[in-house]
Amino acid sequence: MGAQLRVYKRRIKSVTATKKITKAMEMIAASRVVKAQRKVAASTPYATELTRAVTAVGTGSNTQHPLTTEAETATRAAVLLLTSDRGLAGAFNSNAIKAAEQLTARLEAEGKEVDTYIVGRRGVAHYNFRERKIAKQWSGFTDQPEYADAKTVAGPLIEAIEKDTAEGGVDELHIVYTEFVSMMTQTAIDGRLLPLSLEAVAEESAKKDEILPLYDFEPSAEDVLDALLPRYVESRIYNALLQSAASKHAATRRAMKSATDNAGDLINNLSRLANAARQAEITQEISEIVGGASALADATAGSDK
Amino acid sequence: MAAELHVELVAADRSVWSGEATLVVARTTSGDIGVMPGHQPLLGVLESGPVTIRTSDGGTVVAAVHGGFISFADNKLSLLAEIAELSDEIDVQRAERALERAKSEADASAERRADVRLRAVAAR
Repeated sequence: MGAQLRVYKRRIKSVTATKKITKAMEMIAASRVVKAQRKVAASTPYATELTRAVTAVGTGSNTQHPLTTEAETATRAAVLLLTSDRGLAGAFNSNAIKAAEQLTARLEAEGKEVDTYIVGRRGVAHYNFRERKIAKQWSGFTDQPEYADAKTVAGPLIEAIEKDTAEGGVDELHIVYTEFVSMMTQTAIDGRLLPLSLEAVAEESAKKDEILPLYDFEPSAEDVLDALLPRYVESRIYNALLQSAASKHAATRRAMKSATDNAGDLINNLSRLANAARQAEITQEISEIVGGASALADATAGSDK
Repeated sequence: MAAELHVELVAADRSVWSGEATLVVARTTSGDIGVMPGHQPLLGVLESGPVTIRTSDGGTVVAAVHGGFISFADNKLSLLAEIAELSDEIDVQRAERALERAKSEADASAERRADVRLRAVAAR
């Protein structure tokens, strides 16, 4: 086998191995998307019931709460950015980070100081590399977030918003995550989580012409709201974590599918080149044999006569 | 046949139990509360504790609930809990071990959780 041909053969072998790996990753990601979607669906009843309850308190009483009252001049804001721990997911992380950066720029243009909270190693690495300050970071659970993880994330954020702005607290909480629209589309979106506008929640959940009953609060409307709002924030963060996980797996699946396709194309091209090289080698050998034989024939013919 | 109310017991990550019932007893921060069909609309904060559901076919479902809310309107009762376990899902030995461990580590919240689980099993 000629040197050229050997080089092609070796490359084909290595690309085939890579293709097997990306194919396996694609299939793993595909099964995880389904699992993650199932988790999103399983958490929906809790979220809807909770939204209903928040709406009920919001419309049924005139209670004021630090989590629902807007500061007159907001000076500090927190941004929670959800990324993943691992890459190989196409533009998934960079889209989320870009959305967070745009949001941060917008908030700073409004004259607010921004604290950044990050979930996921990719986002943390991005910020650390640029030596930007991270208020708090979490990682290790982005592939399969549990409710307890949402609680650990929500804890310090709720604490920060309840603190006075002068003491390092914040007035607003924004969240940036990747919404799972469909298997093919995931979009990075940002939204304001706190202060919560009860009207917006009511609008979101209210079915047309539904009149909410006049609830009897136990022990009191304030206490119920006190207990309810942190849970609501946790459940929203949990939902965002789950959607982000599902999106990440979908993005990985797509990235790995195109990697597998590209590897297939590469193998095809290389095999063509290898075939051409082999053919060239054979042609050369034949022409050498023919050339050699005719030279030999000429030489013997000359000596005979 | 007695009137019925529809019960949904949901935890943060799953729906635990749903069905028709004639009586639900749960522990709110201001004491135990029993809800029967036709109760006035109610929204309350739950304590950690067992929730007893008397189903319409005469059976009893007991669940250990850790924190959450009870809301009742239009003959529909929802129990929202961060963590909820049906009594027959609870592993008694594990709960006992957890209780002992919590006692030795003086972890009050873990002790209460384990205690609630065991009480839910005992009430079955």
